Amino acid sequence: MDERRLDGNAVGGLLGEVFTFEVTMAEAACDRCGTVAHVGETMAYVTDIGTVVRCASCDNALIRIAQNPRGHFLDLRGVSYLRF
Amino acid sequence: MSEGFVSRGFRGRRRQTDGRLPPGQYLVEGFPVLTAGPTPRTPLDEWDFSISGEVDEPKKWTWEEFRALPSEDITRDIHCVTKWSKLGTTWEGVSVDTLLEGVETAAEHVLAFCDGDYTTNLPLEDVTGGRAWIAYAYDGEPLEPEHGGPARLLVPHLYFWKSAKWVRGLQLTTHDIPGFWESLGYHNYGDPWREQRYWGD
Amino acid sequence: MAEIPHPRLAWLIGEVIETRPATPRAKSLFLDVPGWEGHKAGQHVDVRLTAEDGYQAQRSYSIASAPEDNRVELVVERLDDGEVSPYLTDELRPGDRLELRGPIGGWFAWEAKDGGPLFLVAGGSGIAPLMAMIRHRAAAGSDASCHLLYSSRSREETIFAEELDQLAASDGSLQVFHALTRSQPPGWTGYARRIDRVMLAEVSPGENLLAFVCGPTPLVESVATELVGLGHEARRIKTERFGPTGG
Repeated sequence: MDERRLDGNAVGGLLGEVFTFEVTMAEAACDRCGTVAHVGETMAYVTDIGTVVRCASCDNALIRIAQNPRGHFLDLRGVSYLRF
Repeated sequence: MSEGFVSRGFRGRRRQTDGRLPPGQYLVEGFPVLTAGPTPRTPLDEWDFSISGEVDEPKKWTWEEFRALPSEDITRDIHCVTKWSKLGTTWEGVSVDTLLEGVETAAEHVLAFCDGDYTTNLPLEDVTGGRAWIAYAYDGEPLEPEHGGPARLLVPHLYFWKSAKWVRGLQLTTHDIPGFWESLGYHNYGDPWREQRYWGD
Repeated sequence: MAEIPHPRLAWLIGEVIETRPATPRAKSLFLDVPGWEGHKAGQHVDVRLTAEDGYQAQRSYSIASAPEDNRVELVVERLDDGEVSPYLTDELRPGDRLELRGPIGGWFAWEAKDGGPLFLVAGGSGIAPLMAMIRHRAAAGSDASCHLLYSSRSREETIFAEELDQLAASDGSLQVFHALTRSQPPGWTGYARRIDRVMLAEVSPGENLLAFVCGPTPLVESVATELVGLGHEARRIKTERFGPTGG
């Protein structure tokens, strides 16, 4: 158990600036184990260096987000699809 | 539009600077933990460390074999890209030079790989010549899991994201392969003294 | 399935109308937010503070007010070594402006039409989003059975204690159970220990429940695990972890 991990809700604000749908309600399919879960049900690790959203079943990095003065970086490679 | 908005009376945590710090850094008490995933908990009897990739003969050590290698006490300043620094941190570890002894390679790059999915890339010359260790103790105690225990890479002359936690080996490569943060906007090299935090710095 | 698409979230500027101590450590902030489009009980906002030199810090706070309320209420617990909470509890005053983004989080949300039986489990400041649900339930006139199990260190540190007593006294289908883990008032007959499986079984509102668990991460994970162990469907147990310090 990791004290610092949060629910996918925690990235709702950050991703709410990118997507026009309510992100925590969207379903994400893990490209490693196939589990389909609402983003709100995934595990979010939020730090000053970046944020990683992981599959609650297999810990695969679904979404990675980093911000720097020149822009936002969004890596969705761990997601086979987002359904919204 | 909230450009230029300032929160009246907000100063944030007192950020203590020091002449010995690289640009943009401040001193921190305690040792912040930045975690991008679950803390691995590999039992020592399952742990090993390997040198692999562009080498004639890959090498591997069990925990016992690793701890039997010559080790050093290390005292260094460390600097995180998120701007905190700690001066004079003390570690115990095995020099990467020791691990690379006798290794023949044409590779110029290294990719550190770890339990979990973390990776970080460095030039081979930045982990040799007494500049890098595999550290298993911090501040006189065995390295705690949340700080990368049982062992982490320690490369204090670069931003601390390069000091990969839960390291399990170094892969020598002829091509530079960007690691976990390097592929997400963080500088490929990461020299704190030239403030190389992000791409384009 | 997902809601009707909404415009991308943007930073809004709210005005602090009132601040009110809730407990020795926690304070309620009441905000008027021009451009606020309303929220669902359970949702949160991101608050961003900017210093004169441009330094920024950001934290999430759950909305404690019901969607029916005029003002947005946030509850902030002061962490002694915190960076944001001491500013919000000690410095911020009526008339100040606060930058925030929201409402966020359709997954951890409850509307009266979702029905019950509702099992709300809170640890410390985790009561905030659940209070929004309880207030919304009352405002909407819902008769869905609702049980709240609320763990606090002591009676003095129980946020919304009086309001919860009043609501429970006037509504037979709302039951409130307190677990006071560090100290209890004289004559206390309620729970005096941390939430465990036995306690959860004793106060459960029944089968096929919809659970919302909020508070420090260790408490949330423990409670969620125990609820599954008691046979409740994992899909109907929603969690909002506040991290190690309880938010």
